[in-house]
Amino acid sequence: MPESLVLQYKKNIERRIIFILSVIILLFVVAIVSIVSGSAEIGLGELWKLITGKASNFTSQIIVNIRLPRIVGGILAGTALAVSGAVIQSLLRNPLASPFTLGISGASAFGAAFAVIVLGAGSSYTGSNDMIHINHPALVTCSAFSWSLISVFVILALSKYKGATPEVIILSGIIISSLFGAGISAMQYFADSVQLATIVFWTFGDLGRGMWRDSLILGIVLVPLLVYFFLKRWDYKSLQSGDEHAKSLGVNVIRIRLTGMVAASLATAVVVSFYGIIAFVGLVVPHIIRRIIGNDEQFLIPASALFGGMFLLFSDTLARTVIAPVILPVGILTSFIGAPLFLFLLIKGVGKSPWR
Amino acid sequence: MKIIIHNIDFSYNGSPVLKDINCCIEKGDFVALVGPNGSGKSTLIKCMNGILKPNIGAVKVDDKNLPPPGELAKNMAYVPQSENRKIGLSVFDTVLLGRKPYITWKPDNHDLEVTAGVLKTLHLELIAMKDISKLSGGQQQTVFIGRALAQEPSVLLLDEPTANLDIKHQIEVMELLKSLSEKGITIIIALHDINMAVRYAEKILMLKAGEIFTYGSKETITRENIENLYDIKIQLIRNQGNIFIIPDGIHPDKK
Repeated sequence: MPESLVLQYKKNIERRIIFILSVIILLFVVAIVSIVSGSAEIGLGELWKLITGKASNFTSQIIVNIRLPRIVGGILAGTALAVSGAVIQSLLRNPLASPFTLGISGASAFGAAFAVIVLGAGSSYTGSNDMIHINHPALVTCSAFSWSLISVFVILALSKYKGATPEVIILSGIIISSLFGAGISAMQYFADSVQLATIVFWTFGDLGRGMWRDSLILGIVLVPLLVYFFLKRWDYKSLQSGDEHAKSLGVNVIRIRLTGMVAASLATAVVVSFYGIIAFVGLVVPHIIRRIIGNDEQFLIPASALFGGMFLLFSDTLARTVIAPVILPVGILTSFIGAPLFLFLLIKGVGKSPWR
Repeated sequence: MKIIIHNIDFSYNGSPVLKDINCCIEKGDFVALVGPNGSGKSTLIKCMNGILKPNIGAVKVDDKNLPPPGELAKNMAYVPQSENRKIGLSVFDTVLLGRKPYITWKPDNHDLEVTAGVLKTLHLELIAMKDISKLSGGQQQTVFIGRALAQEPSVLLLDEPTANLDIKHQIEVMELLKSLSEKGITIIIALHDINMAVRYAEKILMLKAGEIFTYGSKETITRENIENLYDIKIQLIRNQGNIFIIPDGIHPDKK
């Protein structure tokens, strides 16, 4: 009899692994579609020529310097936001939590703008897009991360109060967002026109401004964080039944929650520094995954990471092509998808049934 | 595993919850902690497994200090009073969580077999793949006890496991604990139902206002003790070795 139960369990696991493999294939397909979509017409044949080294200089320029950085950046940013959302939801046992809804993204955007305007991390030059050129991406990222920690600590302090329901935590997140929104507005008020354009950039997410350098930095930061999240997946799973029970299983609850929140906000801050606020990916993706393969963090974390990359890349490809030749910032599209879902979760009453 | 509680004081936000607790729980004992609300039952249980650190005094197991939490979890399992029952995991996954102290990378075949064995012992095979939020309160409680058993503990701590259960499910849980006790597992259980405590436990630890009121075998169950513990009036009936406690009003001086 025990064998059959073990077999049933293993079959369930196989199903989840097959789902994860399907997401990897889907990610690959979306990436190919994304490479061949855009105003310059590049077909699969030209892509093959590039791989075999026979492509024209024009094609390779477009693919290697324009489309690929955007695609790689999109995958990494989606991965970072979705995995941060999944981890934050597990750490706080709050289905409404995500980097955006807790104000971590807003704080990061303020921090990034602060670094450029006040700390002088960018220099004014009138290029094609009238933006400030960022000379010190590390300073921008550090500033975004430092400011994001403020919202993390406020949220953690609030969640220590027993009466703080998931909804109260999210309301606090909205208050934090408004506060940093006001900070950004204040900087806009005193900014000159080039600075103004730069600040506005952080308030809506756009993958178009990312360069290879940005993807590289994001990748270097993200990979160790992903490994860390994956290694801690059993700790996150233990937290679901309550702090005291997790402690009795040997989990250092305070340390896990603190390091997890800081790691998630670091991932978010790097994304926001380079691409601005891309709302709701961190909320929507973990919920889609929970619906499909359940709440087990063993699979939720890797599946959210992969699906997040695919989701943001897909959204960006759609944003680039839906009303071509106009290219929409992807943040606008994710908000259109995410906001109704957020409302749905809120109306459904998370207090009654946290995850489903 | 023998548990020695040595001069424990615990206070929460400056107000004392436990005062000078001294007792010894032998290997294989079935001990019920009883006492009024706020008498410190839950706190004492949490001190025993290191969830709470006493301000003064120490808990020792087999004459040694408590090992690190991860190691302790292989010997001592805890079933909390209230917990999130809507975690969206299957019964199998929930019980498998009890293997956490043993899992380094992912559950191996032994972990899965222990989990399946626990499910079989508790007659949960048929609902093993169901979401626990869809089960009845009694079934959920059995699953949580199963999760604790998957830790393969020698000591099982339970905080009010029969709260919110109907009488049939209460008896099922208590019978299960009795059978575990007969297999040599030490059972320490906080209980509100004094009749259940008297019926199933071998030893009764009465706590009042954070202090041990009495601790011992069923001889400590006297009308005076119970009346003074809860400030109530009772009738106590002894019949064929069984003790029945019937409430008979609030103590006139304590109304």
